[in-house]
Amino acid sequence: MKRLRAFWRHYRRNLAAVIGLAILSLVLLMALSAPLLFPTDPWEIVARPFIWPLQDWSYPLGTDMLGRNVAAGIFHGAQVSLLIGIIATIAALFVGVLVGALSGFYGGLTDDVLMRLTEIFQTVPAFIFIFVVVAIFNPSVQIIVLAVAIVSWPPIARLVRGEFIALRNRDFIQGCIAIGMNDLRIIFVQALPNALAPVIVTASVTVALAILAESGLAFLGLGDPNVMSWGTMIGAGRQVLRQAWYLTAIPGIAVLLTVLALNLIGDGLNDALNPRLRGRS
Amino acid sequence: MTAAPLLRVDGLRTVFRTGAGTANAVDGIGLHVDRGETLALVGESGCGKSITGLSLMGMVPRPHGSIAGGRIDLDGRDLLQLPARQLRAVRGDRMAMVFQEPMTSLNPVFTIGNQIVEAILTHRAMTRRDARARATALLELVGIPDAGRRMDDYPHRLSGGMRQRAMIAMAISCDPDLLIADEPTTALDVTIQAQILALLRRLQREREMGMILITHDLGVVAETADRVAVMYAGRIVESGAVRQILRAPQHPYTRGLLQATPHAPTGAGRKGARLTEIPGLVPSLYDMPQGCAFEPRCPLADASCRRSRPTLSPTGEDRHVACFHAG
Repeated sequence: MKRLRAFWRHYRRNLAAVIGLAILSLVLLMALSAPLLFPTDPWEIVARPFIWPLQDWSYPLGTDMLGRNVAAGIFHGAQVSLLIGIIATIAALFVGVLVGALSGFYGGLTDDVLMRLTEIFQTVPAFIFIFVVVAIFNPSVQIIVLAVAIVSWPPIARLVRGEFIALRNRDFIQGCIAIGMNDLRIIFVQALPNALAPVIVTASVTVALAILAESGLAFLGLGDPNVMSWGTMIGAGRQVLRQAWYLTAIPGIAVLLTVLALNLIGDGLNDALNPRLRGRS
Repeated sequence: MTAAPLLRVDGLRTVFRTGAGTANAVDGIGLHVDRGETLALVGESGCGKSITGLSLMGMVPRPHGSIAGGRIDLDGRDLLQLPARQLRAVRGDRMAMVFQEPMTSLNPVFTIGNQIVEAILTHRAMTRRDARARATALLELVGIPDAGRRMDDYPHRLSGGMRQRAMIAMAISCDPDLLIADEPTTALDVTIQAQILALLRRLQREREMGMILITHDLGVVAETADRVAVMYAGRIVESGAVRQILRAPQHPYTRGLLQATPHAPTGAGRKGARLTEIPGLVPSLYDMPQGCAFEPRCPLADASCRRSRPTLSPTGEDRHVACFHAG
C-alpha cells in the first residue's frame, strides 16, 4: 500500500502520463459499459445508412453504409481491441520472460541457442510476418492475437535477458545460490521481481502495438470480419472513404488516442519505476 | 591431528579459461578446518582467496571458471563428486557464506524477514509461521534491536552494519557446520567492523562452527583467527597458527604484508616503525613465472628461485612454508 502510494506520487508528476491514464480509463469504461449503453448487437441495422455524426442525436456518431450505429461499434470495438492488445501482450510476456530469464541466468550454450532462436524471429519484419500468418490462415481474432504475440516476444526476451545478466552477478542472487535455493525459485521468485520495471513499461507499449497491428490488418482487409473491432470498422469504412470519411476517421481517432495513451503511460511508468529502483539498490 | 577435520581440501585447482588463455586462479591448494576453529585466508586482491571461497561452495563463476581438480571433503564427503541436487542440499545447510558487500547482498524487493524465512524453508520442512519465529530469534541472536519489527523492513531501511548482521543471521539460519566469510567487514566502518567480528567469533564459538575468514586485513586476522593460510598468486605460501605467523613470519611475502600493515600486532609494523610497501605487482595469472611466483618482488630471490617453484613444506608442527630461504 505504502509502495503504491509512493509510486503514484512519482507517476503523477508526469502530466502527460496522467492524461494518458485518463484516456485509457475512459476507453476501459467504454469497453465495460458497452453492453449496458448499447444492448443491441452492434452489427444490427438500426437506421438508414450514412447519417453523419451530430445530425441525429439518437446516433451521435452517425450510421455506416448499412445503417449500423457507429457509436455502438466504437463502444463494443473498445472491448475487442483492448482484449486483442492485452491477450497478445500476455502471451508475448509469457514467452519473452521465460526465454529471456533462462537465457540471461544460465548464459553459455542455453543463451546461445535461445538467442539465435530469438534472432530468427527478429530478423523477419514484424508487420510483414503478421500479414503472412494471417493471410495463410483465416483472418480470425485468435490468429491475429497469435501473430501479434509471435512478433512481440523477441524484444521482451532480449530485455529480460539483459536484466538477468546483470542480476545474475548481483550479490543477493549469489547469496540465494549460497543458501542452496534451486534455480527456478531463484529465477522466478528472487530475480524476476527485480527485472519487472522495464518489462511493465514495454508491456504497455506492446499493447499499443498490438492494437495498431490489428487496425492495420483490418484496414488492408485482413481483419476478422465477424468481430466488431475498431480495425473492422476502419476496414469497412475504407471502401466508402470518399463519400463518408467519418466512418474511417472515428475508429481511427479511437485507435490513435488509445495508442497514444498507452505510450504516454509507458513513459510515465518508466519515469516512476526506474529512479525508484535505482534509489533503492 | 587426531580426528578427521571438518573440512579438508586437497590439491584444489580452479581455472578460468578466457580468450586471453588459461588462468590458474587457485593452483593446487590444501587446507583444513576443524570444528570450532577459524582459519584466516589472507592475501592481496587477486591472489585467489575469494575464488577459493567460491570454489568451496561450488559457486565458481560460469561460464569461464571451473574446478579442474582436487578434493573438498566436508565431514568425509567429497563435495566435488556430489551431483548438483545434493550439493544444493549441502549449501546453506551444512556450509554457508557471508559476502563482502552488505549493501547489495539482500534482495531489495523483499523484507529482511521474508529472506531469512526463505533461507530456512529451503532446507527445513516447517510451517511459515515457525520459520518466522525462528527468523525473529535469529535476528535477536545477531544483535538486531527490535527484531520483531525489523523483520518487516526492506533492506534499504537498514544500515550497512545491520544488513551484515541480517546476512549473518541468514547464513547461520540452518546451523551450518562451516561458515565462509568473504571479507565480511571490508565494506563497514571501523567501529562496526569490530562489532561484526566479535559477533562472528561469538557465534562460531557458541555453535562450534568451523569458519573460514577471507580477508586482506591482518588486524582482523589477529583478532579473530586461530590459524592462518597466506595466499599468493593462487597458492598457499605459508600456513600455521596465527601467533606463529604474525610473530615469526617465515615467508618473505608474509613478512612484506606485515610490514605494510599499520598497527600490526607484531613484526615491523609496530608503532613508530615505517610502513614498507612490497615493490611491484602480483604477476598476471595468464603469465606465471616458471619459478617462485613471488620471485620478481622478493628481496631474497636468487637463481634457484627463478629455476623452480618451492613447494609447501613443513617447518614445524602444523606449520608450512613454500620458500627456499624460509626462516
